[in-house]
Amino acid sequence: MFNRILIANRGEIACRIIKTARRLGIATVAVYSEADKDAPHVEMADDAVLIGPPPVAESYLVMDKIIDACRQTGAEAVHPGYGFLSERESFARALGEAGIVFIGPNPAAIAAMGDKIESKKAAAAAKVSTVPGYLGVIADAKEAAMIADEIGYPVMIKASAGGGGKGMRIAHSRAEVEEGFERARSEAKSSFGDDRVFVEKFIVEPRHVEIQVLGDKHGNVIHLGERECSIQRRNQKVVEEAPSPLLDAQTRAKMGAQAVALAKAVGYDSAGTVEFVAGQDRSFYFLEMNTRLQVEHPVTELVTGVDLVEQMIRVAAGEKLKIRQEDVQINGWAVETRVYAEDPYRNFLPSIGRLVTYRPPEEKSTRGITVRNDTGVEEGGEISLFYDPMIAKLVTHAWSREEAIAAQSHALDQFAIDGIRHNIPFLSALMQHPRWLEGRLSTGFIAEEYPDGFHPTAPEGERAEVIAAVACAIDFVVGERRRRISGQITGKPVTRERQRAVWLDRLEIDMAVERAGSDIAVRPMGSDGAEGKARLLASPWKPGDPVWIGSIDNEPVSVQVRPIPNGYRLAHHGVEVKAHVYTGHEAKAARLMPEKVLSDTGKKVLCPMPGLVRSIAVTEGQEVKAGETIALVEAMKMENVLRAERDGTVRKIHAKPGESLAVDAVILEFA
Amino acid sequence: MKDILEKLDMRRVHARLGGGQGRIDAQHKRGKLTARERIDLLMDKNSFEEFDMFVEHRCVDFGAERVKIPGDGVVTGWGTINGRKVFVFAKDFTVFGGALSETHAQKIIKIQDMALKARAPIIGLFDAGGARIQEGVAALGGYGEVFKRNVIASGVVPQISVIMGPCAGGDVYSPAMTDFIFMVRDTSYMFVTGPDVVKTVTNEVVTAEELGGASVHATKSSIADGAFDNDVECLLQIRRLVDFLPANCDAGVPEWPSFDDPDRYDHSLDTLVPQNPNKPYDMKELITKVVDEADFFEISPTFARNIVTGFGRMAGSTVGFVANQPMVLAGVLDSDASRKAARFVRFCNAFRIPIVTFVDVPGFLPGTSQEYGGLIKHGAKLLFAYSQCTVPLVTVITRKAFGGAYDVMASKHIGADVNYAWPTAQIAVMGAKGAVEIIFRADLADPDMIAQRTEEYEERFLSPFVAAERGYLDEVIMPFGTRKRVARALAMLRDKHVEMPRKKHDNMPL
Repeated sequence: MFNRILIANRGEIACRIIKTARRLGIATVAVYSEADKDAPHVEMADDAVLIGPPPVAESYLVMDKIIDACRQTGAEAVHPGYGFLSERESFARALGEAGIVFIGPNPAAIAAMGDKIESKKAAAAAKVSTVPGYLGVIADAKEAAMIADEIGYPVMIKASAGGGGKGMRIAHSRAEVEEGFERARSEAKSSFGDDRVFVEKFIVEPRHVEIQVLGDKHGNVIHLGERECSIQRRNQKVVEEAPSPLLDAQTRAKMGAQAVALAKAVGYDSAGTVEFVAGQDRSFYFLEMNTRLQVEHPVTELVTGVDLVEQMIRVAAGEKLKIRQEDVQINGWAVETRVYAEDPYRNFLPSIGRLVTYRPPEEKSTRGITVRNDTGVEEGGEISLFYDPMIAKLVTHAWSREEAIAAQSHALDQFAIDGIRHNIPFLSALMQHPRWLEGRLSTGFIAEEYPDGFHPTAPEGERAEVIAAVACAIDFVVGERRRRISGQITGKPVTRERQRAVWLDRLEIDMAVERAGSDIAVRPMGSDGAEGKARLLASPWKPGDPVWIGSIDNEPVSVQVRPIPNGYRLAHHGVEVKAHVYTGHEAKAARLMPEKVLSDTGKKVLCPMPGLVRSIAVTEGQEVKAGETIALVEAMKMENVLRAERDGTVRKIHAKPGESLAVDAVILEFA
Repeated sequence: MKDILEKLDMRRVHARLGGGQGRIDAQHKRGKLTARERIDLLMDKNSFEEFDMFVEHRCVDFGAERVKIPGDGVVTGWGTINGRKVFVFAKDFTVFGGALSETHAQKIIKIQDMALKARAPIIGLFDAGGARIQEGVAALGGYGEVFKRNVIASGVVPQISVIMGPCAGGDVYSPAMTDFIFMVRDTSYMFVTGPDVVKTVTNEVVTAEELGGASVHATKSSIADGAFDNDVECLLQIRRLVDFLPANCDAGVPEWPSFDDPDRYDHSLDTLVPQNPNKPYDMKELITKVVDEADFFEISPTFARNIVTGFGRMAGSTVGFVANQPMVLAGVLDSDASRKAARFVRFCNAFRIPIVTFVDVPGFLPGTSQEYGGLIKHGAKLLFAYSQCTVPLVTVITRKAFGGAYDVMASKHIGADVNYAWPTAQIAVMGAKGAVEIIFRADLADPDMIAQRTEEYEERFLSPFVAAERGYLDEVIMPFGTRKRVARALAMLRDKHVEMPRKKHDNMPL
């Protein structure tokens, strides 16, 4: 076994690998760029080496610097994590030549699976079911159309070297194939420098199911069941689970056996993932193999009890796999959500900045429910534009899918982040979505269910009553303390009125609130003044706490609390609302107040994210039609096109190319 | 007998209707509450005792004697806010447009005198059309008496003015002499002369909102210390403010049991100051992470945002906070920031509220507009205000404390009691580059030499340790422990007692 390993990565995965290494008694070395000087992975490791400036091409992707760092610190092996150098055959080879062990598969296996066409051929040879298609080099559009006719429509035209959805095109007819072929080819050329494309059958309402495999250097390969990752946004996984609600035991066994066969065929000797696309009828076809630890590996760990990082280290050190296929059991259900620094209300644009508040839910395992949070940041840390905007992976495990989802939902409610925008409201809303709850998934889920993007929804029914009850409990605690202020006139102390009118934005709910021992009793009131059944709220919440964690009638409830003037912004289960708890005469007065219309920003084009103005496409006085490009703003290395939302004449331009803008900075005004 | 008692009830009901239901409805239609509704929101339920409900005017000119309404356009009395007594007068726009008559003024004067005797805050709610023109000089005399009492009460009891409708002409000077002015957006405005007069005199066409709306006074003129969206939000926030304020200059700050451990560490503060000294950070994050329960009532949040002023609590007791804001103009001190902070510091000192100062100041803002605008005198106001303080002063330098601004921002030398600095502090006459270019002018041609000198200067002076070696700082502290250190310093200083030499009064650079 190794004495010291180096982790050639950053963020949550580096922290996660260090945890396992530490448990195994292996010393760890972190590498870091100048931007990550104070990052948690640097602090956690026994030793750390600076490897260059913030851009990844000058630090985390430079093999020589990693190898130098190994030599400098005496690390015997390198765990690459995911991304960065993890699937570079040349890196695995270079390490080998330097006498350092690569904690991952052998270079030949990486090479075999790295190329889409080559990997399909290998899969076909290993009798893995592959999507009907033509894997050879297609000469021209005519040939492509002929092949498509043979396969049957719809078909997909795909770049051989592609990934992440780039260079993919769907064609429903011969004409569309002919038209799309050339474009797919030029896109492939510009994106990947390789213009080879291939054609295959397009699966309708596909689901993404993948098998975790594990091999050693002694020819043993097992599989650890599947994960379903169908909930994706623009081919980026958002929610993952294990097992898959689609599979039955028979399909699982068949899929697992094929994955193992493929791994064996290429001499696979580490943890890897065989991805399949599955039809709703449980037909499945090989997609590709990822020769690394997957982001979503924790769900497999929670249902199998196997620490995948530990197994990777052990097999890399030459140990034989101790787990046999028949030992592998899938227990319960695990759900993972990826918490990203992106604004769900602004089309998921990336958000950067300081984590003013970062309070993840407590990691624990009680009464069959496990909460695990894999993270690489801490309060006071910085989300920078140089790296992946993933903040954390929140994983919950329970005995059933239903309970695991409920636990996930609860944990998301407890997850308080401020200072940057994040997708927790979206993840929370997803957890409540009926189609998700039923497990009727497809990779088009988000695009179909949120065609116009994600928007805040107003609370109603039971959810509104829960939020209103918590608002009352908060107001009660705050009010109780307020009446203990010094300097009160003698005589009758201020008495509290029982009745409260809770406003959730403009929705009014009448409640009667009073103390009941250590709990607070909240009763809904009808318009006739009749009081309904009391709910008992218990919570140690005190002013200043970002989350109200407690129970209502012994059912656990968590609500996020952000103070606003005279009230609170409360968030629960994906609903976010301004709550005001008024007394009777306050509510009467509030009803008389006119609703304020927001200042007219319709005439202004605002910068949707912090970024650099690349160019302004219009001039003052120019007439612009809706949809026309107004400006290009670069953020997080991405160019974002801002388009006119309406017809108008440009009155004044406020921003200049080259200028850095904050969110909501005015770029230009219409007349 | 009973019918006599009932008569009182009837008269009260009549008086409470003010200008009548029609006028009340009109007031509501404008998005405004009536004087009595406002008082009900401001005070604890059933705590308000009204005085002079039946007062009527005595004017007999221009037919005024034919219209008399009990109360005469202002509702006055006292009540409690969370059990603590306050005095209040509220202009009743439904009665003669709230215009001030001789008797109306006398009602206010009575309350002012009573508040001064009983030593409790006085809150005025303004929504009125100025002087009652029919009365002429009698009304003006009334104004004068109100003004005089504002001044007598200044520094004895807190005085708060809330502008909730028109406030023009003579009406503006009473608020102007109180401690705080708050306004309601879109429904209130304040000016000495209205748009009509402005047009006649200067030909300038301007709306009431543009001339004296909440947005103008809270951001441009600094007349208002805050603006709120509507009457309800405003009055509930005034209740919140009163919870922070002492009843009078001798009472000391109010206290309540805090839920927040005074020894709480906050490790995220260790990364608050960015690596790059030219990168800004939000000083309000430091304030909200240091105060009890992140509860901070900011005064003048939209004016001179390069300095932050406001109230918070430490271990349950009110503290005034003054902090340079690196997010705005790098936290520089200019005329506006100096005036804003000076006034706040003087309020705190007058009412025995301890002051905590967070310093990150690159100096005073250079330039002709500042110098022509009297920066020297405005800057001196802040220096003067801090120097005359006898309340506990605790100062924490987080980053820059350059030049004269170092002295001004509650330095040891002008009377601060406990002075801390973070390890990131840089206390010097100026930044390294500028300093080296002056000291080593002869070497300017040699960039290597200058670079080396700059590095030497940075090492020597751009740290807290030169100041610490001289005892100008009591201790260099870890950022994460700031709350604990500040809370302990305040606890130690609780009974601070210093006396200034006897004098008639000082001569602050106005």
